[in-house]
Amino acid sequence: MTAIYITGAFLLGGVTFFNQKEWITKVLLVLFALLQWLFTIYNCYHYNQTHLGYFTSDALGILLLITLSIVCIPVLIHSYIYIKRHNEKPHAGSVYFGSLILLFTSISAAYMANHIAVNWIFAELTTLSASALIYHHRNKLALEGTWKYIFVCAISVTLIFIGILFLSLAQGTQMGDLSFANLMKNSSRLNIFWLRLAFIFIFTGFTAKAGLVPMYTAGIDAKDKAPAPAGAILASLLMNMGFVGIFRTYKIIANTPLHHWANMVILISAILSIFVATVYMFKVMNIKRMLAYSGIEHMGIVMLGVVAGGIGYYAALLHIILHSFVKSALFLQFNQLYRVYQSKSIYYVGNYFKYNPAGALVLLLGFISITAMPPSGLFVSEFFIFRALFESKFIIILILALLLLTLIIYAFGKNILKILFTPPVGFDETQVPHCNPWESLSQYFLLILAVWLGLNPPPVFIKLLHDAVTFLP
Amino acid sequence: MIQGVILFGVTLLQLHEINTLNLVLILLETVVFKAIAAPMFLSYVIKKNNITREAEPYLPNFLSLVIITLTIIGTTLLANSIKDTKLDKIFFIVALSALFSGMYLIATRRKIITHVIGYMVIENGVFVLSLAVGNEMPMLVNLGVMLDIFASVLILGIFLQKIGDVFKDVDVDQLSNLKDY
Repeated sequence: MTAIYITGAFLLGGVTFFNQKEWITKVLLVLFALLQWLFTIYNCYHYNQTHLGYFTSDALGILLLITLSIVCIPVLIHSYIYIKRHNEKPHAGSVYFGSLILLFTSISAAYMANHIAVNWIFAELTTLSASALIYHHRNKLALEGTWKYIFVCAISVTLIFIGILFLSLAQGTQMGDLSFANLMKNSSRLNIFWLRLAFIFIFTGFTAKAGLVPMYTAGIDAKDKAPAPAGAILASLLMNMGFVGIFRTYKIIANTPLHHWANMVILISAILSIFVATVYMFKVMNIKRMLAYSGIEHMGIVMLGVVAGGIGYYAALLHIILHSFVKSALFLQFNQLYRVYQSKSIYYVGNYFKYNPAGALVLLLGFISITAMPPSGLFVSEFFIFRALFESKFIIILILALLLLTLIIYAFGKNILKILFTPPVGFDETQVPHCNPWESLSQYFLLILAVWLGLNPPPVFIKLLHDAVTFLP
Repeated sequence: MIQGVILFGVTLLQLHEINTLNLVLILLETVVFKAIAAPMFLSYVIKKNNITREAEPYLPNFLSLVIITLTIIGTTLLANSIKDTKLDKIFFIVALSALFSGMYLIATRRKIITHVIGYMVIENGVFVLSLAVGNEMPMLVNLGVMLDIFASVLILGIFLQKIGDVFKDVDVDQLSNLKDY
């Protein structure tokens, strides 16, 4: 099935790429969605089995794959609406959809990869497909964003490769291949010196995708310049892919004497991420960039959970899944907002409740969810992460993180409330187009799903989360 | 004044050394691609965009020379401090210094084409490193390396050309329009 999925999806992507007819694109997109779900369901029924030698359907992979398949449907729908409304050349639409399918496929494959090199190859593929999406508007700014994204990602992918080379040095020749399972089995026999170098390089490399401190910059420009539905993927699913790469490597190092050292590395990166996000949150006037910086903050929180250990691992995984739903809902809502105001700047946007109540409610609920206020699912995961931090005696870090989060909530809230209630300056009310409230339906679905999974997670979900964090101390 | 073309020559020399070692067929293929196809493509881009040979560094060249020499000495010392029999030291030194000089090139030059060349120097360093490691890498990884080089150089080249067309000047100072407001 994995072979069918990968070849099938690449074929579909290729056909979409060259096809100019609208109805064929529609059929192809539906086919792809079906294929994606078939692959997901197949993997759920073949839990912990290896396919094609390099893909294992383990708990972490399945959790994130299901997340991807759920987010995939609204993203496809909104992309279709987006392309249709913009009246672009048919060619631009086919390039967009072709790269979208390629991006989904390579992210899914990277989730399931059980070999670090395979994971790396698919990470490289996501860079290529994402760059086509970022360059969609074909103007100067898009070009600049794309260039920066490709360049930073190319360097970071090279860094990951260096890390893999060091990892193979750490392992030596007689311990078999570089699959994650094999590395974990032999983790006590790995050479500490090379393992340390390998972790530093792999971690730094994956931060470009995951959106953590050393390499997060390009991702911000990318999420800003890509069309909003594509930005939704970059801000949620692609970040999860970076997390998978870091987390699987972390699992190896967690069973060695380097565990504490690795924790310190991640801790520094996490706190700096939250700090950077706070600083920019106060300055930022571009709504999409604001959402992107909020993603940096959340990845920082997730990494704090990983550092804290214990229940923190569980909460980190829960947090990253819920964050994907909420963040993609907000990004998808952005298109309707842009249609009303024709501007990304918070300065020219306001009183959204008057022009599109359904969409404004999404923004309000999304804001409550993303800042982890009590009814939202993210509250549960963040609460557990902070509890884990408290239990593992990171009191100063905990206080610092809480302080920064409060500042972020203030800045975020100020901006969102301005968008929702304050009348905009010099805005011509007569030209406002009507927004179909049904377009917001999928976003409500994502938000409700995030609440439901956070407050009342089904037993299967909890079991998967627990399985994903086994073998961690 | 460091010229793009001279760097191609350096790259070529560096890679011919590996050629004589002739380790694995697929590595050789990579070398052929790296030594011939990528530089040709880049020189085509240079010609097309009328990129001049001035390197326009942020730092004076003498200082650059000193810094690069220092990094080479540093990596040599580092490599000698590592006690590992599995490692081929010369390769390790070459790889690390190529890595650092590539990063240095990217950080200090103003032209986008030198950034691409810096990236290729890093890639070459990584390639040498993969030889230094000496461990049998699976076929898949080699294929991945080829994909990586192929895709990144090609894509970087294509976008470089686009930047040349759009901005009429290939200078990183042009690329500072993305702001937070």
